[in-house]
Amino acid sequence: MDFLRGLSKDISGCGLSGVIHRKGELIPGEVIVKSICCQEERGNGLGAGFAAYGIYPDFADHYALHIMADHKKALEEVEELLAHRTYMAHEEPIPTRRTPGIENPPLFKRYFVKPKYEGEVREVCGPEDEDDYMVSLVMEINTRIPGAYVISSGKNMGAFKGVGFPAQIADFFRIEEYRAFIWTAHNRFPTNTPGWWGGAHPFTILDWSIVHNGEISSYGTNRRYLEMFGYHCTLLTDTEVVAYLLDLLIRRHGLPIEVACMALAPPFWEEIDRMPEEERELARAVRTVYGAAMLNGPFAILFAYNGGLVGLNDRVKLRPLVAAEKGDLVYMASEEAAIRAICPDPDRVWAPKAGEPVIVELEPGVIPNQRSYLRGPERGTGAAACRYPGE
Amino acid sequence: MGERTKKDSPKKKVPQWAKFFPDFVIERDPEKCIKCRICVRECSYGAHIWNAKKKELSEDPTKCVGCHRCEAMCPTRAIVIRRNPSEFREHAVWTPWHIKNVYKQADQGGVLLSSTGCAKPIRTYFDHLVLDACQVTNPPIDPLREPMELRTFLGPKPDALEVEVRDGKFRLKRPLPRQIQLEVPIMFAAMSYGAISLHVHQGLARAARDLGTLYNTGEGGLHASLYEYGSNTIVQCASGRFGLHVDYLNAGVAIEIKIGQGAKPGIGGHLPGEKVTEEISKTRMIPVGSDALSPAPHHDIYSIEDLRGLIFALKEATEYQKLVFVKIAAVHNVAAIASGIVRAGADAVVIDGLKGGTGAAPTMFRDNIGIPIELAVAAVDQRLREEGIRNWASVIASGGIRNSADVIKLIALGADAVYIGTPALIAVGCTMCQHCFTGKCPWGIATNQPELIKRLPPEVAYEKIYNLVHGWAHEMKEMLGAMGINAIESLRGNRDKLRAVGLTEKEMEILGVKHAGE
Repeated sequence: MDFLRGLSKDISGCGLSGVIHRKGELIPGEVIVKSICCQEERGNGLGAGFAAYGIYPDFADHYALHIMADHKKALEEVEELLAHRTYMAHEEPIPTRRTPGIENPPLFKRYFVKPKYEGEVREVCGPEDEDDYMVSLVMEINTRIPGAYVISSGKNMGAFKGVGFPAQIADFFRIEEYRAFIWTAHNRFPTNTPGWWGGAHPFTILDWSIVHNGEISSYGTNRRYLEMFGYHCTLLTDTEVVAYLLDLLIRRHGLPIEVACMALAPPFWEEIDRMPEEERELARAVRTVYGAAMLNGPFAILFAYNGGLVGLNDRVKLRPLVAAEKGDLVYMASEEAAIRAICPDPDRVWAPKAGEPVIVELEPGVIPNQRSYLRGPERGTGAAACRYPGE
Repeated sequence: MGERTKKDSPKKKVPQWAKFFPDFVIERDPEKCIKCRICVRECSYGAHIWNAKKKELSEDPTKCVGCHRCEAMCPTRAIVIRRNPSEFREHAVWTPWHIKNVYKQADQGGVLLSSTGCAKPIRTYFDHLVLDACQVTNPPIDPLREPMELRTFLGPKPDALEVEVRDGKFRLKRPLPRQIQLEVPIMFAAMSYGAISLHVHQGLARAARDLGTLYNTGEGGLHASLYEYGSNTIVQCASGRFGLHVDYLNAGVAIEIKIGQGAKPGIGGHLPGEKVTEEISKTRMIPVGSDALSPAPHHDIYSIEDLRGLIFALKEATEYQKLVFVKIAAVHNVAAIASGIVRAGADAVVIDGLKGGTGAAPTMFRDNIGIPIELAVAAVDQRLREEGIRNWASVIASGGIRNSADVIKLIALGADAVYIGTPALIAVGCTMCQHCFTGKCPWGIATNQPELIKRLPPEVAYEKIYNLVHGWAHEMKEMLGAMGINAIESLRGNRDKLRAVGLTEKEMEILGVKHAGE
């Protein structure tokens, strides 16, 4: 059944937690560990993970590739490919420790690279397309090298994930040794397929990282839509499509983050019909053009990038999501208890409405390579990607 | 072929074999029959005979087509129409159907004609596909309590949107290309005025308006009384160009260029002169009583470039205010053909499957040419995606749809919307007797005889058609909800929601579905 390879997915229950410091100050890893461990029974020991932003300041201009490999040969093949396609500044095993309950983990290694994307190609395509180059490299590793998976590929960020409870995965990856200005964490409750290391969250592409609670009923539509734009879903879970959709809509199509969120969890037609004319025209166009990007089914997601953290619920709010703020810190989690575990007296706590994103960006200029998508990407490829039929 | 001369012609009256073996028998219960003669009046084929002298009723079963009109109208339920129980000796190859067809041709020497869709038991893939349903991790959605959206937009869509900030708010930089809004992704297939009665057309048009969808004029022009339904009308431009003028083109919201039809791919149409009444002559712009022959090809389209020429000629003629659809039959290389049509500038490609209905087709065509719509839609959707042009045009599927589950399955395979023809006719009383081509439809559907047309008033047609689609729409919402989906666009092309039962690996590969249990 080779032709159906990659059509599968699994389904999750799950707990989420995320925190961001608006001024880019670093938050110790134990904070997020405490928050996600507070939601232990939202998972079942079959997956947990963390994403951290700002952890590689020494290589802030390099793409940090976290590679998971089933065996050494896969790692060697990855290295051979990277040698051809990138300039490597540094490589090292991802530090782990022996953890009770975690048996036979795969190999983890990280590489800090810059793409060999230069000369005339660069002049013609522009510097932004380095990202496209990296996306295609990630797709190539994931689809062509058996036993090797890119766990994260952004700059100055990394994802750490595996099979186990959050406390075990945190222990295994020594999360307490990292400090980040954005953290997200996930506790997984897969029910349809056994958990596997690649299927744990966060899912990432470039510096997008996603943690997700729920099930994407529109997975088949989303996956086939993404395939038209060169994204291949290989990690067997529905969350993967969210990561790629964000990359496509925001980075490549140049949609402001709020509009992209509207595509993922759009208003109902009844609401759209009641909007003022110009607003209605936009909402109608978003649903019409991006119908296949809509995420249907129950979900709560947190997604982060080098510059912000966003929480988003499905449009009928079938999964929990709570947000809170305290000074420059903003928290989002599946449960208020998970926030209060690390912030006992927040200034404000609220439950975001269905389909209404909570978007928190860092103050401008507080970190290197900072990205802001509030008004669309600064140098987006949107115009080039925007092809009207007949043009 | 040589012509028979007078000398060669048989002098004696030649027996008609087909009449020896009628398909049906008419049973009349003399105890119940009150000799009211309604059956005589109702049977447009003359199968019931009244002997005024003897004051007796008798039957001619050779004329019975099995339409069941007499049975339904008999006030005392005295009549039953049955399959003729007389049996030929069993033979696996020479079934009665084949034998009788040989008799018919030996009697008449012509082409065998049939109506409606393919009657052969060619695999119906709908019946080998089953749908998913939510359980614990993903809850079903109850359409009685939660919004469930079937709204669909037909028309070309850009790959991406351009958004700018204006007055502090996000706004579109440029408007979308023209779209047609459907409240339910079910439209009424092309059935021409002439093939069906004006009353049915009036019912279809009104139902389309009230349901928020479209009906299609077919190649019969547009009757003056239907112009008021313009915003729910697709006007057809077929090879005969009947009734085609600029007001007609501008009357609807879309123009459909008909290249082919599922029931009879590769051949044109023929409305016999007997059906061309005064009204039809006006609408079609042809003389009363003349045969309306549509050629197999459009005589200005012998290539894809020619098709592009016509598409843009129609767009020019309507100042780019109307969408242009191109309808083809599902044939062997349908995916590549559809790709060409989309690249030629069509705003929607309509694919009509092997089982699509018709008023008249050569029987051998109807039953043997073309491919099932399920395979065609799956192949077309996949091909357009692989070429990155799926957004450029909508895909409309038709031919063999029998219920709302079939619609849901076609959308999951990749269709944007569907056309239904036969189900709408069955809704207004069609019993699938397969004799539309005679023009004598006793139910007042496929006929232009004034006394027969009156049997189906437009308001009855409207009510039945409206109810049918309303019911289907509700069922579709239920099925979507069961799958945990609350908007139809999340089902489009979502083949994960389908599983195959009893299909070969090749069939599953083309359909892009896994087997049940996987």
